[in-house]
Amino acid sequence: MQLPEAEDLLAVLTARIRQGISSDTAVVGIHTGGAWLAERLHRDLQLALPLGTLDISFYRDDFGQIGLHPQIRPSDIPFKVEGSHIILVDDVLYTGRTIRAAINELFDYGRPASIRLAALIDRGGRELPIAAQYIGATLEIPPAKMLALEKKADGKLGLSLYDKHQGNE
Amino acid sequence: MSNNPQLNKNGQLQHLLTTEGLPASILLNILDTAEPFVGVTERDVKKVPLLRGKSIFNLFFEPSTRTRTTFEIAAKRLSADVINLNIAVSSQSKGETLLDTVNNLSAMHADMFVVRHAQSGAAHLIAQHVRPEIHVINAGDGRHAHPTQALLDMFTIRRCKRDFHNLRVAIVGDILHSRVARSQIHALTTLGVPEVRVIAPKTLLPAKVERLGVHVYHDMAKGLKDVDVLMMLRLQNERMLSARLPSAEEYFKYYGLTPEKLALAKPDAIVLHPGPMNRGVEIDSVVADGKQSVILPQVTFGIAVRMAVMSILAGS
Repeated sequence: MQLPEAEDLLAVLTARIRQGISSDTAVVGIHTGGAWLAERLHRDLQLALPLGTLDISFYRDDFGQIGLHPQIRPSDIPFKVEGSHIILVDDVLYTGRTIRAAINELFDYGRPASIRLAALIDRGGRELPIAAQYIGATLEIPPAKMLALEKKADGKLGLSLYDKHQGNE
Repeated sequence: MSNNPQLNKNGQLQHLLTTEGLPASILLNILDTAEPFVGVTERDVKKVPLLRGKSIFNLFFEPSTRTRTTFEIAAKRLSADVINLNIAVSSQSKGETLLDTVNNLSAMHADMFVVRHAQSGAAHLIAQHVRPEIHVINAGDGRHAHPTQALLDMFTIRRCKRDFHNLRVAIVGDILHSRVARSQIHALTTLGVPEVRVIAPKTLLPAKVERLGVHVYHDMAKGLKDVDVLMMLRLQNERMLSARLPSAEEYFKYYGLTPEKLALAKPDAIVLHPGPMNRGVEIDSVVADGKQSVILPQVTFGIAVRMAVMSILAGS
């Protein structure tokens, strides 16, 4: 399957978000892919508020089935969430469960004035009533496949498709 | 692996009973998992929903305020329900056996037991007895082990010194009666600390302590030379009454950590103490409150480390 270039999609996404930002907009990326994207967005959009990152492991709804992820990074929200306008960033929007967890975590830092969602790719398959305001592209991906963002040696971002239980295609 | 009662058949941590015999990967996973929990405890809402709906029973057969409280806070910050039982003053005094107590609480659908007991092996006994979905954490058993204390010490050392592989660590005080010292020695050697020293009078050292992989010193002046980390132990008051020590004053003269003795260690050496401190017995107030002391950070990190242990156990 031919995948689009992540860097091209990021350029599209950046242009779309640029229309909707103001001086009090903050971006928060979800580890790991969303954090890479948020870092680039934060730089390219020259946002005044510092970049935030979330690791949603403590808020997942499948802890009872799969336990704790072995490598959890600290969440870092270096601005006041109370009253802030947040753009939450993730690489692939799929079931919506990650976003549900991220929203819950953000509210434990305070009550934001608004949260919008930006995703590089929307692959459908939602299991919760969640929608993104900014999307790089919409792709049809079979349920048995996993789509992941990767950081290459030169720092550029790329997309890869995996079988859910095997390696790279 | 399968004969280690702390691990399940997949090699995951099932109970935390002692640091002895646990692989470095498991100890490091606990330390790594504790890192993000430090951030949680600094937020507005100091709570995550991870153990929502789980019941954790603090079974304290021996009095303890600090350890019980830190376990209670850790469990509450994970959104678990915590039930504190001070059994020293409860059913044990009515003659109920340890396993009867555990059976009764299991029938109340406990998910985890945190056990403090004066008898070595009490937590092991409970771990062998409970159903496989119930997890046990040893919060101190007799002279045997106090693994979460040792792990929070390791976490504190790693935060201050970054790496274990170039450190000289001295454990000072009543090694003989100390479950903390035993757990510290096993953790330090497993994590690759090349030189672990114990410094104590002969009467407060177990026989053949060298077998644990430590260097023995009786003289603070020699033992503290060039160390990076000083781990002080509490001198329990009841020991001072025994024939092992002449007096608290004399102990302080030879083994109490004063600024002068601390000056023998490296200039950036850190001082740990598991608490509660006997100021003027094992440690001088000037040192306890000084710049090299990390005694209060230990307490803060202790909550994050216990949150990590509880989450890892509940998820295994």
